[in-house]
Amino acid sequence: MGYSETGHDAHHTPRGITRWLYSTNHKDIGTMYLVFAIIMGVVGAALSILMRTELSEPGMQIFGDNPHYFNVFVTAHGLIMVFFFVMPAFIGGMGNWMVPLMIGAPDMAFPRMNNISFWLLVPAAALLVGSLFVPSTAGGATGVGGGWTIYAPLSTSGQPGPAMDMAIFALHLAGASSILGAINFITTILNMRAPGMTLHKMPLFSWSILVTAFLLLLSLPVLAGAITMLLTDRNVGTTFFDPAGGGDPVLFQHLFWFFGHPEVYILVLPGFGIASHIVSTFSRKPVFGYLGMAYAMVAIGFVGFVVWAHHMYTVGLDVNTRAYFIAATMVIAVPTGIKIFSWLATMWGGSIELKTPLLWVLGFIFLFTVGGVTGIVLSNAGVDIALHDTYYVVGHFHYTMSIGAAFLIFAGFYYWFGKMSGRQYPEILGKIHFFISFIGVNMTFFPMHFLGAAGMPRRVPDYPDAFAGWNMIASIGSYISAVGILLFIFIVFYTLLKGKKCEANPWGEGADTLEWTVDSPAPFHTHEEMPRIR
Amino acid sequence: MLKKRLAALAAFFTTTVLGSSIAMAQAPEEWQMGFQDAHSPTMEKIVSFNDVLLWLCIVFSVFIMGLMAYILFRFSRKRNPVPQKFSHNSLIEVLWTVIPVIVLVIIAIPSFRLLYYMDRTTEAEMTIKAIGHQWYWSYEYPELGEDFTFDAFMLAEDELEEGQLRMLETDESVVVPVDTNIRLLVTADDVLHAWTIPSFGIKIDAVPGRINEGWFRVDAEGIYYGQCSELCGREHAFMPIRVKAVSKEAYAEWVVYAKEEFASNDSDEDLSVARLASAD
Repeated sequence: MGYSETGHDAHHTPRGITRWLYSTNHKDIGTMYLVFAIIMGVVGAALSILMRTELSEPGMQIFGDNPHYFNVFVTAHGLIMVFFFVMPAFIGGMGNWMVPLMIGAPDMAFPRMNNISFWLLVPAAALLVGSLFVPSTAGGATGVGGGWTIYAPLSTSGQPGPAMDMAIFALHLAGASSILGAINFITTILNMRAPGMTLHKMPLFSWSILVTAFLLLLSLPVLAGAITMLLTDRNVGTTFFDPAGGGDPVLFQHLFWFFGHPEVYILVLPGFGIASHIVSTFSRKPVFGYLGMAYAMVAIGFVGFVVWAHHMYTVGLDVNTRAYFIAATMVIAVPTGIKIFSWLATMWGGSIELKTPLLWVLGFIFLFTVGGVTGIVLSNAGVDIALHDTYYVVGHFHYTMSIGAAFLIFAGFYYWFGKMSGRQYPEILGKIHFFISFIGVNMTFFPMHFLGAAGMPRRVPDYPDAFAGWNMIASIGSYISAVGILLFIFIVFYTLLKGKKCEANPWGEGADTLEWTVDSPAPFHTHEEMPRIR
Repeated sequence: MLKKRLAALAAFFTTTVLGSSIAMAQAPEEWQMGFQDAHSPTMEKIVSFNDVLLWLCIVFSVFIMGLMAYILFRFSRKRNPVPQKFSHNSLIEVLWTVIPVIVLVIIAIPSFRLLYYMDRTTEAEMTIKAIGHQWYWSYEYPELGEDFTFDAFMLAEDELEEGQLRMLETDESVVVPVDTNIRLLVTADDVLHAWTIPSFGIKIDAVPGRINEGWFRVDAEGIYYGQCSELCGREHAFMPIRVKAVSKEAYAEWVVYAKEEFASNDSDEDLSVARLASAD
């Protein structure tokens, strides 16, 4: 039931600037997002490799002249990975490509706004990268060094130069891009499903994008407000975060984390959707507990809005406030656990084929569980006092992000690359990529739990000599992960140039969502007549 | 000759292996995997609660791993070519919702107890103020005088003596008496910092315009180290904290000396520099 691209009617596929700069095609825009994400992901990873090189031994190796630049790398690594790698990959890339295909829609509700969502990211990235070269500190050093959390007063009076202002504008643009994208996805999913596709028949990836879109819509404006308040504190004489003028640095933290916590669910929920598709496809079995899965994501999204202060247990909050946030944070473990169990129950009784996409999801299920349980440890404010701002936290969020979200990005990529490009990746190389990465990331991030428990603080370019051992292991792990990334780049180019042609459905009877009913590569226009869903 | 050797060995054994309380330094150790030894009641409780949590983490992770291994083996395409079609099981869905809730409640009870315990400063016997600056700590002992204050800068590598710890030593220590409830008030002068001693289970953000309170009670004489725990600029990694816990008698002696040494200090920049130059 493919749709032929040739022998077509009045209009033909646009070319050049019309096709790419003025795109109104969800597949092309998705492709641009994925290319952007891969490039920025490599940049973000390169920053982290250099950080790990500095940290591989005690003493200052690379950043000795001015440790401020280490802070700059920390900041850039975080902002790039969050805003310019994971989000564009999951939401802009895979969301755009697959949601219209899966729900039987010919395109997104607002195809032109879709385009601006993508192109806003280009000046956003340019501003952020540009800020690295622009003065920041009173001493004239360049680049923002406040961590991705850019707490005041370090981000206000602590870094008076224009770099911080550039970074704020970068975040304004990236935030606007995502808000517009969220509007687009919500409208598309609520209004443009094919006849017969009730919400309760909609694929779980679309559900995940729907929930993510609501989180974006409601949390990003708060970030925008918070960083605008930084901007005015810095330039216009307001004192929102300056106690000398009646303000409070803790206010910034509340505003930031009110956005920041939903943000981490934004970073992982689309991956949950992808995991459900892949587990079902390669087990040849429907997802266990579909409604539970959909509403678990809704619950995670919802509760994710009321737990933000578990990032602030040491700032001096009232004890009853801390008690509430402990309880609320632990609640999220319940729907998350339901998902983990449901994925396993999907595989139980199935007929499992260990293809590359499934390997990544299996790695995710186990390692996200590890990240999740350390999250439970951290949610307890008492224990968190000992672990806050230590490498234990760095280990926790890299398990959930670098491993959780990133593994799922690769999973989705291998799952859908054939559909997008018309060529299938070489299976053996995909598996090697997985195994190298699996070893690399575990070697990098597991020792961080030890370092944190022993007392090593975060965001430091050097450490007391006792921490040398585990740091060396972690750095070696990062080099192994880097090999994995290089292999991935090779696989992408190899597949595009020499990959075997991919049929409409390379995965067999387990792949039962609508994207597998169209040709590979998917034609420029699809679902020009909406399919009827039984 | 042998006797002499044995005597020397005994002395070495006593001081290094058994550890004399005067030489005890509570700092991280190579390849350390867990918390530093607890030397304040809060940390003891944190460690024991974390032991429970750690076991739960390990058990749960191993359980999931084992389940996955079994599933991949038992239901591989080769061993189970025809998949089953079920997608529901009400009993198990109820169980895997209710059981986690119960486990979380079981965790929450000691968690809350710990939280409320560590929050209350029990009958403080003395107060110390710590003020974070870019990039050093200053301390005040208000009970020892209005002008009693001193700064503590990290010792650079070339200022260290044999056996001292890189990145952890400071030119002045926070001297405290053992077995005394000490209230700690923390604030900052410029940007956010955070004061911590892992061994005491205390970590308090230093926020400009705000005074945060915590407490600790050291149970053994010795040196205790911590590092600034909130990103504060270029030298964030280089403003450590060094607490020296001494007997109550030794503390009283130190007070006499300190009042002379520090009471006329007003953290004047020039004075600080002059003191550094004359420190060994």
